[in-house]
This record gives sequence, C-alpha cells and structure tokens, in this order.
Amino acid sequence: MTKRPIRFYQVGSFAVGNRLLSEGDRTVQSDPSRTNSIDSGHRACQGCGEALGARYALDAAMRATNNQLVAVNATGCLEVFSTPYPETSWRIAWLHSLFGNAPAVATGVAAALRVKGHTEVRVVSQGGDGGTVDIGFGSLSGMFERNDDVLYICYDNEGYMNTGVQRSGATPPAARTATTDVVGPQPGNAFGQGKDLARIAMAHDLAYVATATVADLHDLEAKVERAMQFRGARYLHVLVPCPLGWGTASSETIHVARLAKETGMFPVFEAEFGVVTSVSKIRHPTPVEEYLKVQKRFAHLFGKNPRPEMVAHLQELANRNIERYGLLDRAEPASGVVSGEEPA
Amino acid sequence: MNKRPFAITLDVGTSRSNHTGSWRVERPTYVDRLPPCNNACPAGENIQGWLYEAESGAYESAWRALVEENPFPAIMGRICFHPCESACNRAQVDEAVGINAVERFLGDYAIEQGWRLPAAGPASGRRVLVVGAGPAGLSATYHLRRRGHHVRLVDSAPQLGGMMRYGIPAYRLPRRVLDAEIDRVIDMGVEVVLNHNVADIEAERSSGHFDALFLAVGAQLGKRVNIPAGDSAKILDAVSYLRDVADENPPLLGRRVVVYGGGDTAMDAARTARRLGATEAVVVYRRNQDKMPAHGEEYEQALGEGVTMRWLSTINRVDADKIVIEKMRLNAEGYPESTGDYEELGADAVVLALGQDTDLSLLARAADVEVHDGSVQVAQDLMTNGRGVFAGGDAVPAERTATVAVGHGKKAARGIDAFVRGVAADVTPKHELADFAHLNTWYYSDAERTQRPELERIRRQDNFDEVVLGLTERNALFEARRCMSCGNCFECDNCFGVCPDNAVIKLGDGTYDINLDYCKGCGVCARECPCGAIEMVPERI
Repeated sequence: MTKRPIRFYQVGSFAVGNRLLSEGDRTVQSDPSRTNSIDSGHRACQGCGEALGARYALDAAMRATNNQLVAVNATGCLEVFSTPYPETSWRIAWLHSLFGNAPAVATGVAAALRVKGHTEVRVVSQGGDGGTVDIGFGSLSGMFERNDDVLYICYDNEGYMNTGVQRSGATPPAARTATTDVVGPQPGNAFGQGKDLARIAMAHDLAYVATATVADLHDLEAKVERAMQFRGARYLHVLVPCPLGWGTASSETIHVARLAKETGMFPVFEAEFGVVTSVSKIRHPTPVEEYLKVQKRFAHLFGKNPRPEMVAHLQELANRNIERYGLLDRAEPASGVVSGEEPA
Repeated sequence: MNKRPFAITLDVGTSRSNHTGSWRVERPTYVDRLPPCNNACPAGENIQGWLYEAESGAYESAWRALVEENPFPAIMGRICFHPCESACNRAQVDEAVGINAVERFLGDYAIEQGWRLPAAGPASGRRVLVVGAGPAGLSATYHLRRRGHHVRLVDSAPQLGGMMRYGIPAYRLPRRVLDAEIDRVIDMGVEVVLNHNVADIEAERSSGHFDALFLAVGAQLGKRVNIPAGDSAKILDAVSYLRDVADENPPLLGRRVVVYGGGDTAMDAARTARRLGATEAVVVYRRNQDKMPAHGEEYEQALGEGVTMRWLSTINRVDADKIVIEKMRLNAEGYPESTGDYEELGADAVVLALGQDTDLSLLARAADVEVHDGSVQVAQDLMTNGRGVFAGGDAVPAERTATVAVGHGKKAARGIDAFVRGVAADVTPKHELADFAHLNTWYYSDAERTQRPELERIRRQDNFDEVVLGLTERNALFEARRCMSCGNCFECDNCFGVCPDNAVIKLGDGTYDINLDYCKGCGVCARECPCGAIEMVPERI
C-alpha cells in the first residue's frame, strides 16, 4: 500500500481556515476583508442556508472577477429577505426584475456590457429552486441554449419556502410540504416526479456544470472560481438547507447538508462540456435514515406508523446516485510526515 | 426637488439598520474546556497547550510550555505509560495522538539544542529538605527552586534518579538522557547530598533549620513471600536484581530464570534476564492476562524478546534446578483458587516481583506522621499529620508510576510553598471536560497515527540499547498536528466562515468576537466548531 504524502494541517482541507495554512491556501471566507456580498441585518431565518450559500458563492465570484461583477436575482426568499424596500443587504451591483425572467435579464446585462466594451465585468444570475427549475426554466434553458456569458447559480432549498413551504420541481420524493400533505397511501411528495437540473444543464453541453453544498466551502469556492474561467453559459447548483421548510434545528443547517452529500441523496460533482470530470467522494458512508430522521418533513416515515418501504425507496435513489457518479471509492488517509513548506 | 426615480419615495438604506440580534434567545460564547489528555495527566501537563505550539513547529515554545509542569520530557517520553493517550478523543476517530512520542521528540530536541530550564526564583530565605532523589523528589526540587526556596536534596544512593536509575532498565531509559535532564534541574542551584541515609527526620530537620520536608523515599524493598525452598535454591527479589544490574554488578542467575509476578517490574526483570544470557525467561503469574497489572506495551515487547508466560500458576516449591507450580483457576469474583494440579518447571533461579514496600524507619521518631498499611497518609496538598512534613511518590497511597511521582512533586511543592509562606494553596477549579460529544470531528483530516520505530529484536538480545526509537522532526510535526485541540480554539476560522449573518468578528490576533447586534443565535457556529470551544448560553429575557 503506497502512502500518499500530503500537506497535513490538522483541519486544512475541511475547515474554513487554519492558522497553519498559507494565505493562498485559505478560503475566501477566512479573509477578514471578504466582500460580505450580503450584509448583516438581512431578514433570513436563523440558520438560513441560502443566505450562507449566496455569500459563499458571490464572495468567491467577487474575488475571481476582481470585484467586476453584476448579480441578477430572481424573485424568491433570497430577494425578499435581502431587499425589503427601501433597505438592501447587497454590497455588490445587484438587479431584480421578476420571478421567471432572471436568466433573460442576465442575458440582457451581458449583452449590454459587451456592447459597451466592458468584457471584464462578469454576470451572475441567481435564484432559488422555484425560480430556476419551475418558473424561470424556460428563460434559463434559452440562456443555456444561446450560450450567453452568464453563470447561473441555483440555491436549492427544495421548495417554495418564502411563501409557506410549497412543493417545487426540486422537492424530493416523500417530503411533506404545504401542497404535498402526509395523507393517502403515499404521503408526501410523489416518487418519480421533479427534475434534476444539473443533468438537464449538462444536456445543453454547457462549458461548466457543477453541484455543491454549503457543507463544503473549499469545494464550493473552487467551483465558482473554475466557473469564472469559462466564457458562455455555466450552471452551479448549490444545496442550501432550509430550517423552516425542512423542519431542522437552526444549528443543523451545515450538518444536514453534509448528510445529504454523505448519504448520496445529493451527488456533488462537476462536469465540463457534458462530461463529469470530478466527484466529491463520500467520506463516511451513511444510510439515508440518518439524513431523513433529522428533518420533520420526513417525520411521517418514522415514528408510530413507519414507512420502511418508502425509506428503502429513497435509499435506492441514493444508491443510484452513488453508482451513477462513483461516489464511494475512498482515498487513503494521510500518514507519516508533513510534506509541503517548512513550518513558520 | 425630488430627484428620485418615478414612484420612489425613499432613499436606499442598508439592512444594517435592522438589528437582527433582537431575535436571539441563545448567545454563542467562547469557552475553554478541559482536554481529556490534560485531565488524565498525572503530572498535570497542559498537553493540548504544548501540542498547539508544536503544531506550528515552534518547538522551543512547546518545550517551555511542557516544562512549566514537568521538567523531564525526554524521560517521560520514554517511561510514562501515557494515560493521556488512553483518554485521547482522537482514539474514537481513528487512533489516539502519539502524545508520548511527541513529548520525547521535544525532550530529545531540547537536550540536543541545550535549552535550559527557567532560572530559579528570587531567594525566599526558606529552606526545604527533600528526602529521596527519584522522580517525586526531583520534581519537587525543580518546582521549589522556581519559587526561590533553598533545597537540600538527599539520597542514600551514590547517584540521583531513584527508581528511574535503579529500577528502570537502560533499554527503556538510556542513562545519558536521565543524566541530562537531572543535571538541568541540579543546575538551577540545588544542595545535593548523596550516599546519605536519613535515619531520623526530626533530627535532620532541626539540625539543618528546615522550614519544611518532603519525603519521597519511594518503595525500595521487594516484597518477600515464604516459599518452601531447597538449600541451594536461588531466590532473589526483582528490585535488588534490577538495582545490581544498574550498578553493573549483575548476579549470575543461570540459563533458566523464572520471574514470579505480573507487573511491570516482572516484565523488566524478565527482559533484563534475557539480555544477560538467560535462554529461558518465564513469567509465572497467578491470574490471567486480563488481570495482569503490567502495561500492554511492556508485555508485548517482553513477548517479542522471547519471554514466555505461565498464566494461572503459583510457585509452591523452589529447588536448585526446578520449581513446582500449582495451576490455578479464577473463581466467580475473579480471584485465583487452587486446583490441586501440580507441575514441575526447570529453573536455575527465581526472581520475585511481587510488589514493593517502603522503608519508613526514618519516621521512627516522628510520631505525628501517620502510617497506614505501609504507606504515609497525606492530605489533599500532600502534607502529613506532621506540620510541614509532606510526602509523595511511591511512599504514599497512589498508583506507583514515575509520572504520578512527578505530579506529586509538583503538588507538594505548591503545598510547601503555601505552607512556608503561611497562605492557603490556591486551587483553581477544573474547567468543564471537553468530551467527545463536544467535538465536530468531520473537520479533522483523516490521518493515521505515526508508529515509533523499534530496535530489531535480533539486536536486543545481549545489550541494553534503547528499544523504542524516536520520531523524526517531520514525523513529530505530523503527529502533533493530529491533535484535535479539544475544548480550545485553534483558529480554524470556522465560526467566522459559517455564520449566515456575518456576525462573527475575526479580531486578527487569533481570537474572535460575536457581533450581538446581528447574531440571531442560530447556533451554527457552535455546532460547526470542530473542537467544542463555543457554547450556546441562554439569553436572560
């Protein structure tokens, strides 16, 4: 068994920062002078995954573009909690129009910048899963198909949370929402519906498509940076748990995102020109129960009248992801010596 | 004069005017919790503290933090049975951090670099007599000198070190290491009197005008049992045997040596016998492996060197060339009882390693010092019933290891210091324990423990060369970085990064603060803190 020498910094590869890391190896978020694209005082719920995901992604985009960035926002939680008239939490150039037209507006912004010769200014369009997979889907597919120079970021919290937790095309099977109640022979959201937008984006043969979660900051930042190295339409899908809609404790936001990835429920990968180029391996294989049990939206699968067959069905879906993306081959742990630069 | 766009009546404002801190019912608070290694260390070392320094390669700061509590890192890094590693939270992730190996690296590195211990404190004018120059006496001497008290250190042996020199074989603790670390303490300015047997502590105390005494006389007498023996049977006790070997005057035991007992001393005696030419070294123990008091590592190494074990056996008779053993069985309570089955075993000598007693004849005239069951009785601060007479190490009831003795020395020095200054010893309450449930171990990189190299078995047969070897600097750095820093912030920036409200302030000096104007109290920072250094405290509403 060959030992893989690595730079070993106690927590270097997983935590936000580390005193032992060189500045260049630290995350954008560990920098006290990070942009803080979305400022304090926003009205997102306690422990909001979307507020966190948006700051992670946009701060990284700001660094990657040398602060030459315009963000276009679809209607949704992110817009509502950040800009109650006349206040705004945005510390970047930011534009909001309608629920369904953010990709089209972004196309227009990119075109205007091109006409004016400001090709150094990059455009990000962003929205929740409702604005992306449902309401804005047509204009998004058009933006993809025309290959407009926009990075579209979807913050996926798996439902219309802002309006009272209704089902979206990204709501997982069996989940309870206000419109998929726990009644009837198959309680919660139906199996076999919904869409996997990352794969739909790949089918457009985009230069870059990736998924990420708020539980792995290094990975998310690297993907934003990678996306900004391409021109044309690109797509980033970020899983952002919602304490309100998922029925999790506000402190569990990152933990539950991590479980989504570790169980295989949410595959984390990146693809270039329609081909998967890398996947985030599962570090500690975990049964889907662990992920489901911490969320009240799946409470009807357990308790007094458990539905093990539905849990098994969800496990099958996770297994399919694990197989499709090859999520399980683990890397060898580090051992032996510290390589890399000398200690300070 | 409205310059605003059509239908817009208000200027754009920042959301910072919205103080979301008012939503909060719990507030994150930075805490220091007690790491389990520190809690388990008999010498009271701040292990997490010195590993933290070592992680950045600041070996001198690490060593200085270490010797604050224990002046013998190179010795401890060899002979301590590291209860810290048994308590280490990392054992529940993969394997415990090799604390002992890093301690030894720091100790050896310090000797190599010639680092000196901190200077003695300004002279206090108080005089303390320390009887016994083993680990307890030397540790007390060190801590007393740091407080500026004059120390006279007496020992009946010709050299300093006590059981570290006369009990522990050189293949576990090379004498040059022992000498180097002891010399460093003596260099602080200590009046040393060797080859001096203290017959009467009261006489010694008054003639030398000592304000306080520390009795650290150890347990030097091997326990004897009555075993029927033939005239020419050779029976000796392990303590004397090991002492004679240390004095380079080893007795001739013959080819087949039986060691009676199951503790570390039994292992030392058997391994020593192998090195001195015994082709068979058999340890006879009345109980089984689970009940054996010897530490696992010593036992494994003994086996590796060809020592064999006879479990559940007692010696009934010793003759010149054989012994008779009786087989035992464990009863329901786990105690051995006779079976009536006997067996003969060829043996040229029997070494008794059945425990040790303390020679307390020096207390004959000190009527107020209470002795019970062969041990000196002491209070929490290690003071006996005699005023100003303290005791520690193997002479008092406790686990008999060098590390416990070093801890006793420190504790007694603190007690003596308070006593001679006429104040109460300050006792800082222990912090809450940073147990495994406080950690979020996701964030620690997967990293296997670094094993220390060992001398090949073939090279151990006829000499006392050191068996367990040290780590290289790179290995030690790696091992130090396996520390999870339980309960103590190590600047990973996680709280600063994971706050959805940007309410954690990175102060830039390695610490953080919470912006209570915006902290909504969601608790993500505390949940995602790898080392459990943030606690959510309910707000008073």
